[in-house]
Amino acid sequence: MAIENKSTVAYVGTDAVAEAMRQINPDVVAAYPITPQTAIVETFSTMAANGLVDTEMVNVESEHSAMSATIGASASGSRAMTCTSSQGLGLMWETLYIASGLRLPIVMPNVNRALSAPINIHCDHSDSMGARDSGWIQLFSENAQEAYDNTIQAIKIAENSNVYLPVMVLLDGFIISHAIERMELLEDNKVKDFVGEVNTPYSLLDPNNPVTVGSFDGLYGYYFEFKKQQEEAMKNSFSVIKEVGEDFGKLSGRSYEFFETEYMEDAEFGFLVLGSAAGTVRHHVKCLRENGIPAGMIKLRTYRPFPGKELVEATSHLKALAVMDRSDTFAGGMGGPVFMDLRSAYYDYDKKPLMTNYIYGLGGRDLSVELVQQATEEMQDIVRNGEVKQTVNYLGLKE
Amino acid sequence: MKWDISDIKNWSWDKHPRGAIISEPGNSEKFKTGGWRSLRPIHDQEKCVHCLTCFIFCPDSSIKVEDEKMKEIDLEFCKGCGICAEECPKDAIEMIDEMKALDEENK
Repeated sequence: MAIENKSTVAYVGTDAVAEAMRQINPDVVAAYPITPQTAIVETFSTMAANGLVDTEMVNVESEHSAMSATIGASASGSRAMTCTSSQGLGLMWETLYIASGLRLPIVMPNVNRALSAPINIHCDHSDSMGARDSGWIQLFSENAQEAYDNTIQAIKIAENSNVYLPVMVLLDGFIISHAIERMELLEDNKVKDFVGEVNTPYSLLDPNNPVTVGSFDGLYGYYFEFKKQQEEAMKNSFSVIKEVGEDFGKLSGRSYEFFETEYMEDAEFGFLVLGSAAGTVRHHVKCLRENGIPAGMIKLRTYRPFPGKELVEATSHLKALAVMDRSDTFAGGMGGPVFMDLRSAYYDYDKKPLMTNYIYGLGGRDLSVELVQQATEEMQDIVRNGEVKQTVNYLGLKE
Repeated sequence: MKWDISDIKNWSWDKHPRGAIISEPGNSEKFKTGGWRSLRPIHDQEKCVHCLTCFIFCPDSSIKVEDEKMKEIDLEFCKGCGICAEECPKDAIEMIDEMKALDEENK
């Protein structure tokens, strides 16, 4: 059913993403079901079967094949998408590097889920964090609305000729993917105009302009040079992500930046958080403010590229900063990935807050307001005493 | 776009095509690939009957033919697999040690 007027709907996150995909109307979708992403593929393939999209739906036998087929389709000059979760992303691992190395503007929603063992189907950022250095842009979403908005924006970011990098749209498993929310859909023609005609760098199917894709680089060795190009494209993507976020704001009234700040200007201590936990933290920070406690928060949306300089500028006035990680790095006491990145970004600056890391919510462990309050009290102690007793903390762990 | 890759060894990172895509067909002629050979085929014109079996079997199109006659082996692309020597019905191709051949050349 085509959407002609702006409509407010009650959707689960997977429907929101499938709806965005229907409006994008990609040329090819090759995907394999995996919990909790399954509902996206299911809903979208129903749409394809019912003729609501022109998409060539390729049902493959694994996620490795899903990404491979998507790479082939994208190299053929089509707008190609897939989506996955957890072990599925793990199985795509080697092909993720091929997608980014060939500079293919593939867009892939990934429903964040823990990696085995033990088997766990619930929310955790370990899957996408494992792919953080694969040369993909990563956009995190707080809710179904943002998952929808990010998916549409991702097409424009990926296909910008100064970027040409694949984009991963992240949404928290079950918390966003399977919970019903009130959200707004854009009109079909507005999305169509916004994403525009497909812009892929070349086509394998163009006999007048033959190309070789995936050439061997083992003899003279220019691999290094191509990796530098990828890093440069990642740097270029900063301004593109910003522009697309502003343009999307003009279209929808919801503009997007690298991160969102809440009460940060005059805050003494703050939280930095990704994904759905931002809602809980925001609620708590608001309550703290009502009681005159100078707390603030930052919700990080763009994790790759990492806006280190901007984050430092936004947080350097704080006395204490807590970075919340929904995954661990198992580095032996160094903390989670976001914490390590931000701490590294701070190294070149003299003015810096005392920093702590809260690893929380692994395998879907709930982040309650009580836990955020526990962290708040520890942060207040740090502000009072001017020292961090324990840098890496496990919030909500049974001890 | 016409591509000149003759100076590729000195290219800076921003000169290479995006994503390592080769956008001009046939330029592999300029990209010499014989450098990792450990055995070198030596062709004996006396024994050769120009049956062109070597031409058919060469996996790298390294057998140069002129007027339907086997002329020579293109050492800039030959990788020394030895299939030509193996298949030659007249034993007109002999595989010798590449390093020794190079030493001989440099004497």
